[in-house]
Amino acid sequence: MIVEIGHFALILALAVALIQATMPLWGAHIRDERLMAVGPPAALAQLLLVAIAFLALMYAYVWSDFSVENVYLNSHSAKPLIYRISGLWGNHEGSMLLWILTLSLFGAAVAVFGGKLPETLRANVLGVHGAIAVTFILFIVLTSNPFKRLVPAPVEGLGLNPILQDPALAFHPPFLYAGYVGFSIAFAFAIAALIEGRIDAAWARWVRPWTLAAWMMLTLGISMGSWWAYYELGWGGWWFWDPVENASFMPWLAGTALLHSAVVMEKREALKVWTILLAILTFSLSLMGTFLVRSGVLTSVHAFAVDPARGVFILGILVIFIGGALALFALRVGELRQGGLFAPISREGSLVLNNLLLTTACATVFIGTLYPLALEAFTGDKISVGAPFFDATFGPLMLPLLVALPFGPYLAWKRGDLTAATQRLWAAAAVTLLAIIVAYAVAYPGPWLAPLGIALGVWVMAGALSECASRIKLGQVPLAESWRRLTGLPRAGFGMSVAHFGVGMMVVGIIATSAYQSERILVMKPGDQVEIAGYTLTFKGAAPQRGPNYREEVGLFEVERGGRVVTNLTPSKRMYDAPPQPTSEAGIHVSWRGDLYVVLGDQQTDSSGGYAVRLYFNPLVRFIWTGAVVMFLGGLLSLSDRRLRVGAPRRARRVRAAAVPAE
Amino acid sequence: MMARPCRAVLWLLVFPFLFLGAAASLAVEPDEMLADPALEARARALSAELRCVVCQNQSIDDSNAPLARDLRILLRERLAAGDSDEQVKQFLVDRYGAFVLLRPPFNAHTLLLWLAPPIILVGAGVLLFRYMSGRGRTAPAEVSQSLTAEEEEKLRSLLAAESPDAGSAGRENR
Repeated sequence: MIVEIGHFALILALAVALIQATMPLWGAHIRDERLMAVGPPAALAQLLLVAIAFLALMYAYVWSDFSVENVYLNSHSAKPLIYRISGLWGNHEGSMLLWILTLSLFGAAVAVFGGKLPETLRANVLGVHGAIAVTFILFIVLTSNPFKRLVPAPVEGLGLNPILQDPALAFHPPFLYAGYVGFSIAFAFAIAALIEGRIDAAWARWVRPWTLAAWMMLTLGISMGSWWAYYELGWGGWWFWDPVENASFMPWLAGTALLHSAVVMEKREALKVWTILLAILTFSLSLMGTFLVRSGVLTSVHAFAVDPARGVFILGILVIFIGGALALFALRVGELRQGGLFAPISREGSLVLNNLLLTTACATVFIGTLYPLALEAFTGDKISVGAPFFDATFGPLMLPLLVALPFGPYLAWKRGDLTAATQRLWAAAAVTLLAIIVAYAVAYPGPWLAPLGIALGVWVMAGALSECASRIKLGQVPLAESWRRLTGLPRAGFGMSVAHFGVGMMVVGIIATSAYQSERILVMKPGDQVEIAGYTLTFKGAAPQRGPNYREEVGLFEVERGGRVVTNLTPSKRMYDAPPQPTSEAGIHVSWRGDLYVVLGDQQTDSSGGYAVRLYFNPLVRFIWTGAVVMFLGGLLSLSDRRLRVGAPRRARRVRAAAVPAE
Repeated sequence: MMARPCRAVLWLLVFPFLFLGAAASLAVEPDEMLADPALEARARALSAELRCVVCQNQSIDDSNAPLARDLRILLRERLAAGDSDEQVKQFLVDRYGAFVLLRPPFNAHTLLLWLAPPIILVGAGVLLFRYMSGRGRTAPAEVSQSLTAEEEEKLRSLLAAESPDAGSAGRENR
């Protein structure tokens, strides 16, 4: 019964979304206040109904109602509660429902917090948002119904793939979707601006926090996925340029560019047209990511053709929204007047460079991901575009971006002084030089390029610190005064420094672990010792154990460093009960130097009784995910900025200097 | 032999039926490795560039599918027999087509793929430069235009609405 209520609620949500997609838009067109006022309650009602549908399905999962096909296929009564819950979005139908729930949440947030928006803008935004909801709810109801019953009901479910039974992966999809879907707000605002034919700094003030929030979620979601791959897949890799990863990475790159161009838009009213286009593209790439992952087209063009119903439906959504948005853009772009002028060397100029490089990088990933598909479709030729391609093309694009990054915040708006900026970065440059020397000394003999890569990360980190230090006049005024300035800093600016620092950390981690990873692959018998990166590991043997829903064989390794026992590592091989599937759990010792990573392999078939063992030492690998978390925190700081919290933003004085006011 | 999934697991989120299942829990097994460290290093570097043709975008160095193991052993046999890296690659391309190369070769079919990033970068850069310098030239004219009465009014109201501290706070902002 509860499941049916969920199904009905979803269909009702569709009806409500239809109302939301039509009445406010029409109302804004004919300036009818009553019609426009339908928007907010419709968005809230939609959230309520989708939440009921979502909770109904969750109820079925938590109480293991296997008469629901979706639960039967993806859950098992012996699973721990957290994985019974996360099983909901571990499959196609459930994850689409989560997608809709996230969408409704964002729509309702605009309804609740959008009280200060101009009436027509809010109506248009909610209308566009409602239209997105209509298509996706329709998609679920018509092609991917998660509420379908099974008669007769099975006694037990098939279980969730054990590799997905993991805390990081349980929360990975919600964050990822919050990111994807969060960009729908920027998209809806962009379309609304195009419909109205006007856009100003207030628009950017509104769009920026939403974009920032979405970007933060996506940052966290992607890094969770990467972290999971690192410790769960068992060979120490953390990014594979897999099409599925690329599908989430493209909106992130475009979203990062949008975040920066929205700043220019907000402060200087420049880059209006570009910001609008970027907002459209970012959400389009999110939709595209959903299409790529959900349609099966990535596997091969043929897999897509086998079961085309879903793929064609999403493709239709894609064509309507992306095509429609771009057509509207082409139609209306002439009406948007450009704002503030700026010299190439200026804050705006640096952000334009950021956008140029990030969008080129995004286009590179896009082409690399889709080229094999296009080539196969047109010529029948099958080629692979893998990590070596992306390393060769994406890397060089990031290089100038990272070199230029610390200069940006030192350049003034409108017209900057590059020489002065360089002089103010002398401390950061000195630290970077020191980092090069230290890296060469520590890593000698090693790859000769890697220390420069590490120095690049240090440069970005030092640049962020130095920017912060000069804001608070550290060393120029008494410490107490510096502290007072620090606490009084606008959080948006402080957040930027923190986020940039995170970028630097991530670069250091990526370069260090890629260039200096050490690895041993060998057969070990109980009592054998092996050395890696200053650690001595003694294999004590392996023994079977029983977990809540799996059996496992656990190896015991004693880890010594400098004659002292540091830790015991227990890598294991698991065999899950339902479905009967093996996984490998790495034993990882975390330290500030890096991770010691031990994987237990198979017992050798010969009489020796030894085990295949794979050991890694991944130097500074934690910097990668810590960097991502720091970027997230930077975003959080920026979001907590008073100007954003207060809501009714006042224009900064420099708007005065803008020659041509908007509209 | 214990089975452990190859990277098709990432795809599981997507398509359970794609799941290919696989063999051993380590990709490169100790018994496959060559005694000569230099040759083994070459083998590892090569295998990272070759695709496990039954997996999703995974190199034979990372994959634990049985086919990947066969290819790793085959590749080492060729290296031990004295083949150069290029000869080994060519041998596999003859067998499986260019599909086996994770770094696509540069030819007529992949021209666009390899050239797209630099073309986009340079093209966008040139467009941007022309746009900015074009705006720079027209800028003085634009600025010198007097504001319309409506704009004057708006400017006055904006200036009036601003409190004194907005300016100094604004200065500190990014």
